[in-house]
Amino acid sequence: MIFDFATMLPVFQVFIGLIAFLSLATVTTYFINRRKAAGESNGVIIKNELQMRINSWWLMVGVFGLSLMFGPMTTIYLFAILSFIALKEYFSMTATRKADRRVLFWAYLTIPLQYYWVATGWYGMFIIFIPIYAFLFLPFRMVLAGETKNYLKAASNIHWGLMLTVFTLSHLAFLVVMPLQGAEVNLSAGLKVSSEGAALLLYLVVLTQLNDVSQFISGKLFGNTPIAPKVSPNKTRGGLIGGAIFTVALGSLLATSLTPMNWWQGALVGFGISLVGFIGDISMSAIKRDAGIKDTGQILPGHGGILDRLDSLTFTAPLFFHLMHYAFY
Amino acid sequence: MKYITGKFNSMLRLCFFVIIVRPLVKIVIGLRYHSPIRLPEKGRAIIVANHNSHLDTMVLVSMMPLRLLSKVQPVAAADYFTTNPIMKWFALNIIGILPIHRDKSAARATDPIDLCQEALEQGKILIFFPEGSRGEPEEMSELKYGISKLAQACPDVSVYPVYLHGLGKVMPKGDPVLVPFFCDISFAQPFSYSQHKAEFFNQLKSTFSELQHAIQYPEWD
Repeated sequence: MIFDFATMLPVFQVFIGLIAFLSLATVTTYFINRRKAAGESNGVIIKNELQMRINSWWLMVGVFGLSLMFGPMTTIYLFAILSFIALKEYFSMTATRKADRRVLFWAYLTIPLQYYWVATGWYGMFIIFIPIYAFLFLPFRMVLAGETKNYLKAASNIHWGLMLTVFTLSHLAFLVVMPLQGAEVNLSAGLKVSSEGAALLLYLVVLTQLNDVSQFISGKLFGNTPIAPKVSPNKTRGGLIGGAIFTVALGSLLATSLTPMNWWQGALVGFGISLVGFIGDISMSAIKRDAGIKDTGQILPGHGGILDRLDSLTFTAPLFFHLMHYAFY
Repeated sequence: MKYITGKFNSMLRLCFFVIIVRPLVKIVIGLRYHSPIRLPEKGRAIIVANHNSHLDTMVLVSMMPLRLLSKVQPVAAADYFTTNPIMKWFALNIIGILPIHRDKSAARATDPIDLCQEALEQGKILIFFPEGSRGEPEEMSELKYGISKLAQACPDVSVYPVYLHGLGKVMPKGDPVLVPFFCDISFAQPFSYSQHKAEFFNQLKSTFSELQHAIQYPEWD
């Protein structure tokens, strides 16, 4: 199953832009580090955090790009794997009970099911499976285990984790198949399909991630007043505003080629993504601070875990998805 | 014939660790490192770890480079692993354990310390769990004294302490269902026997307690 290449052109263009941007960043940090190393007179180029971050970006852009090229099924598999790692990170950093080991096992099993609904394009099931069926079944399994101490805390924790890492992230995968709805396309039939969904997903991911980056950079440059100093002292008003300006511009620029929106609708969506992404980001910071850890994992050197990178997307994905679903599909 | 079955077994063992154990440890479970990796690079060494799960052995063996695989030998309880014939074959040939008898039963012909010493003299890398058993998941029980006797018997062999956390959540004693969690691993500087058994023993104990308290764990009860 592969996309129809003619409609894939805007997606390619965005990836060429990303690769150019990353190459520039790689070369710049290389020269900065070489100068620094020369200054320290030992001449050794030290791999610093920025360089590790950029290398991880290469990995992420590569994996995401290839999965989009290979078509909807590959993208669905990719997000199922990301959900699995994210849920594992979540369960590994929050308090869980010995008695709930089997419950957590069932919680993991929701991932293949949820992504099966995505792959079959069964919207009705996709949208209620975690909020209703998992919500009702897991407590049932918990009472069978019989431990009542911290019952509510444990049940809430498990359900929050499923909503955050399985439900919201599966919206990203559903974006790819959403425009195919009603076209009666069988994903495994080897047909070439329109890349509209891939373009929508790319639009959301690029906007959310570059919003994070621009918030970080403008926070470093103009950051002054922290917005939530207790949760994350690095998130400043200057960062938020700088990120919003950049994301509004980019959202408006990419809207006509990647989505059915026009330029001003794209600008509004860019503004929304910027704000909501910020909330997702500090919400994850609050979870980490509560758990007493700095990073959710080590899978992406320089960034931390998958959840450190996907934190903003867990909030932007469902909102963008439902906006598109309501307005266009 | 013995040569051929030996070759065949070591192939089988290699395949088991490459095809099953490594993907299991790296993808299904996943490790988080809290220190640089400090593991022996050649034979004649003892890896000493805390014990929470059968997976402890899997993780430690899968961290060793494949060229050393034939030298790695987890020290394990004969009374547990060699009662059932299938389990016995699997433990001896695939996991490659060095079976020892924990209690002074009739089956115990030689002192377990002598067996370990013999293996070390053949250039093996032993994996040793000084707690003696997996015990309660994610609780470190008292270390047994056997490790100090072994260190005294081989004073030139380096001991590599490794602390593992989380595998008792993934697969605790008495529950065969595997539930994925990221597991934490940290390594201490290797050291060897110095003057007294008691001194060595205390150094090992304090090393483990340092490793244990350097990592922040979520609640699990």
